[in-house]
Amino acid sequence: MKVALFVTCLNDTMFPSTGQAVVRLLSRLGVDVDFPSAQTCCGQMHVNSGYVPEAIPVVRTFVDAFTGYDAVVAPSGSCVASARQQHQLVARRSGDRALVRAVEAISPHVYELSEFLVDVLGVVDVGAYFPHSVTLHPTCHSSRLLEVGDRPERLLRAVRGITMVDLPAADECCGFGGTFALKNPDVSVAMGSDKARHVRESGAEVLVAGDNSCLMHIGGLLTREKAGIRVMHLAEILAATEAVA
Amino acid sequence: MTSGRTINTATFLGIPPFPIAAREALADSQLRGNLRHATHTIRTKRARVAAELDDWEQLRVAAADIKDDVLGNMGHYLEQLEESLTRAGASVHWARDGAEANRIVIDIARRHRVEEVVKVKSMATGEIGLNAALEEAGISVWETDLAELIVQLGNDLPSHILVPAIHRNRSEVREIFLREMGKVGMPAEADLSDEPAELAGAARRHLREKFLRAKVAVSGANFAVADTGTLVVVESEGNGRMCLTLPEVLISVVGIEKIVPTWTDLEVFLQLLPRSATGERMNPYTSTWTGVTVGDGPQEVHVVLLDNGRTKVLADEVGRQALRCIRCSACLNVCPVYERVGGHAYGSIYPGPIGSILTPMLRGVGTDEATDALPFASSLCGACYEVCPVLINIPEVLVHLREKVVDSHRGGVPGTLQAAMTGASWTLGASRRLALLQRVAGLSGRLLGRRGLIGRMPPPLSRWTDARDVPAPPRESFRGWWARTDGDRKNAGPPPHTPRKGGEQV
Repeated sequence: MKVALFVTCLNDTMFPSTGQAVVRLLSRLGVDVDFPSAQTCCGQMHVNSGYVPEAIPVVRTFVDAFTGYDAVVAPSGSCVASARQQHQLVARRSGDRALVRAVEAISPHVYELSEFLVDVLGVVDVGAYFPHSVTLHPTCHSSRLLEVGDRPERLLRAVRGITMVDLPAADECCGFGGTFALKNPDVSVAMGSDKARHVRESGAEVLVAGDNSCLMHIGGLLTREKAGIRVMHLAEILAATEAVA
Repeated sequence: MTSGRTINTATFLGIPPFPIAAREALADSQLRGNLRHATHTIRTKRARVAAELDDWEQLRVAAADIKDDVLGNMGHYLEQLEESLTRAGASVHWARDGAEANRIVIDIARRHRVEEVVKVKSMATGEIGLNAALEEAGISVWETDLAELIVQLGNDLPSHILVPAIHRNRSEVREIFLREMGKVGMPAEADLSDEPAELAGAARRHLREKFLRAKVAVSGANFAVADTGTLVVVESEGNGRMCLTLPEVLISVVGIEKIVPTWTDLEVFLQLLPRSATGERMNPYTSTWTGVTVGDGPQEVHVVLLDNGRTKVLADEVGRQALRCIRCSACLNVCPVYERVGGHAYGSIYPGPIGSILTPMLRGVGTDEATDALPFASSLCGACYEVCPVLINIPEVLVHLREKVVDSHRGGVPGTLQAAMTGASWTLGASRRLALLQRVAGLSGRLLGRRGLIGRMPPPLSRWTDARDVPAPPRESFRGWWARTDGDRKNAGPPPHTPRKGGEQV
């Protein structure tokens, strides 16, 4: 099986340790993952902001980078949802039938990390060790658009040493919402502050999620509040084999 | 009897665009408390009663199918409805827009020489501003739904589809009743407390004389059955039943999307609507009437079929699903944005997620800033779609309308966001350009970041950094790391301290 990592533009630029964790995790599970360097972004920011024509060249880079792979795995529920549910719309808008066909061929093989581990590799215990208390923010796009269900939770519960604690009102949006965070900063922060409060109430040392975009927002509030709670991507906990400092 | 009364002049016109109106609403901690309590209570009840039905998902699909059949064959069903209504003795009127509908209602009221009408709670009449039009024509309007009465007496605006006074708590309601009821009819007793039962008692006494006196009633309809000509009103308080049965003349203003093809289709909607709306298995009062029944109820029945932008929505292939809406408010009650800002910030009788799509489509985008802001008043979390009883994919329509808004502004001087989007499209159109940007970001991160974090920044970045830190960009991107280490397969040593010079691809 030829497996490619779609690291996503945000992780590539801002959170390379998440991509490195995916590589470490997958190699430990015996997957020889490739990083096609032609990749850039899923184009979701453009589509969700109303700039569909501007998303066409971006979707083209996606198709060029990932055509020919059996599976594309990404550490982001939101970007995977874009690839699976929005690329078709963008491709049709381009009027380029070849692009439409290429998107049709790739989209079904794009997996969010927890889906890839549980559904494609068939593993739940990935051999991780993480002796900390952790609470999970399920993220709206993973749960409502991809319907990953309890996959992240199952993967985390199988981690040795971990203590999972419940996050109050876990299914509520954190308020990031892409450009929403900038267009409606006051509402976004009001939602995020409630999420941050729930995270503090959980008593966990670490907040985990499958999307660094949500974590950047919630984490940005937590550090401003000097809450002393660390945010980590799911991949980084699953890749861990020793306690973090 | 009607002398000295105040006219409700409150209007959605002039409410600032959503981001500004929302900021003002967020500052009102009393409002946030009221909203949080109310939305969470209804949300929990809805989830519980929806889960009771094994076939809930099939009901949603059936409802969407029935409505799509109507939307796809609107001409046929409208003619059938007109014929059924006429056969049953009702007079059918066609209104292209709000002004036409208002004129029809005013003409009927004038023909009967009445100075007042009683009203059943109705979204369609709110949409077209019927109350203000009647008042202007010298005809007093009495809202008889408890929450609508609170809004009307308080010279206020509704902030929720189902619970229009959701932004008021009971002590505020008490004050409004004490201050205003006497000006327009039976006053509240001076020792009125803020106990809900006492408040309801005061409203009942105040309204009773209006029910008994009124010759003309105005209603909307939750459903209009095409094959029988039956109109249906679903309510909780019995005020609707009073208005629909006591007066001699009944005028119902009905949006054309309220049609269901057959009487048996109601079976689907009467399971979905109460559970989705109030979280009840069945609402207390469901009134159905078919034209005129001699010697029983109103002897003159008018039905005003209202377009007011609906055929325009129908022409939008993605957006037309919004016309399936049965005004249950489930999307409002689960929306994290609505929960925090309430309904007024949406500047429309239709607030919340459904309002964010319905209002811009009914009004048309590209004309005013407040309307164009609505499709962006969402984090696209999808909670609305998850509960919608008629499967309106609200996030899909929001994104669709965002594109329409953006397109309507193309061609002028590009704003900050448009310039950023064009730039991002160029950067992300080739990996070498992204790699270059990442090296610049890595460099700037070291200049800006203290302890790996960027604190407060000037506008427009302040929109993020006023409340949120942002991590400083790392000195090496993922692609830089991969190129240097071949994905950790070669021992390449520590990352470089400074980015490599030039724009070479990494």
